[in-house]
Amino acid sequence: MAERVPTVPITIDGVEMEATAGETVLQCARRHGVDIPSLCFLEGLSPVGGCRLCVVEVAEDLRLRPACATTVTSDMEVTTQSSRLRSYRRSILELLFAEGNHVCAVCVSNGACELQDVAVRCGMDHVRYELQAPRRRVDASHPRYVFDPNRCILCTRCVRVCDEIEGAHVWDVAHRGHGAELVTDLHRPWGESTSCTWCGKCVASCPTGALSHQGSSVGEMRHTPDMIAWLVAARRREWTEREARR
Amino acid sequence: MSDTALEAGASASGSRHTVDPGRPEHPSGDDRFALVDTHLRRVHDAQDQLIETLHVAQDVFGFLSDDVLLYVARALRLPPSMVYGVATFYHLFTFEPPGEHTCTVCTGTACFVKGADDIVADVATAHGVHVGDTSADGRLTLRTARCLGSCGLAPVVVLDGVVHGHQSPSGALALLDGELGGVR
Repeated sequence: MAERVPTVPITIDGVEMEATAGETVLQCARRHGVDIPSLCFLEGLSPVGGCRLCVVEVAEDLRLRPACATTVTSDMEVTTQSSRLRSYRRSILELLFAEGNHVCAVCVSNGACELQDVAVRCGMDHVRYELQAPRRRVDASHPRYVFDPNRCILCTRCVRVCDEIEGAHVWDVAHRGHGAELVTDLHRPWGESTSCTWCGKCVASCPTGALSHQGSSVGEMRHTPDMIAWLVAARRREWTEREARR
Repeated sequence: MSDTALEAGASASGSRHTVDPGRPEHPSGDDRFALVDTHLRRVHDAQDQLIETLHVAQDVFGFLSDDVLLYVARALRLPPSMVYGVATFYHLFTFEPPGEHTCTVCTGTACFVKGADDIVADVATAHGVHVGDTSADGRLTLRTARCLGSCGLAPVVVLDGVVHGHQSPSGALALLDGELGGVR
């Protein structure tokens, strides 16, 4: 019953595999059990290639490519682990930790945080950069959810899920560079937002403790980012069993 | 009321945006929104005209208030957060009412090398104003910009929209004195 999907041969870390034409390097690698760390990518949402954690080396290409936003081509030779990539990934993670206030010990997502998991997997045991320790105001005005920008890494998953899946586009990134921050509507408290539908998909997608349920205490928050891919499939009327990641 | 009438009114007075006196009052009670409407009609409410529309709105109102941002968002059928995100990304959009006069000093690479920082410091001290702020008496707003694209004229000072090239701290202060009537 399934249509034959054209495949292309590609090599990832020396292993030859069949990639589905049109899929990205990250999707192909994950399907074959190759682990490429990522943060801003979320299956079901458009890739932005913003966090750069998933960068890979492609043979005969001097530039590093974000695996999440690079489509497979025939006979592509991809390297996902090298000392250069490991060092870059570590630096990216250290910069993320230095930029915000990522204090795991007091975070609602401690123990179930994608940033924490990736840092552990990439062997990031300390931060070489000066911690910025910014003072950012927590927005707990929403009756159901809390936004703590101190834990936000600006992955824009919430922006994309609200725009692409819910269709409300409550969230967006305001300002630029060092001052960039997430805003709801015209930078008004989330609880006063007239466009928010309270659907909670932004909270479900958040990789850190930046978005959480009201009343969650340290280590209690459990996000459900895999819900988004399931929802996208369901919208195509292709229900599959939803595997809870956490 | 046709676009042509408004355009004719605008060109007659020499200003880019003027209200046609014969035009019925804008439903908002503020006729300046009519000028934004004229622009919106000209671009057929196209969403990709957001930045241009924000420029027109800032030109008309002097700054972008929440009301104006929301008006533009609704007219272009865009989410408010996106309009806010785009507007705050660019340094040339401002969200506070500016002073009577606006002085922008370019601090781009060429102007910086040619001593733009001294001009900024001297103007700030002489007029008691911080960069990005308006003086307490509301007479002068001091801003900096990163490269105005006229590096051949470095260092560049823009006073009330008029570009003055090859400036020095004393020259810039003299310019300001002339414009502000010598009042410190």
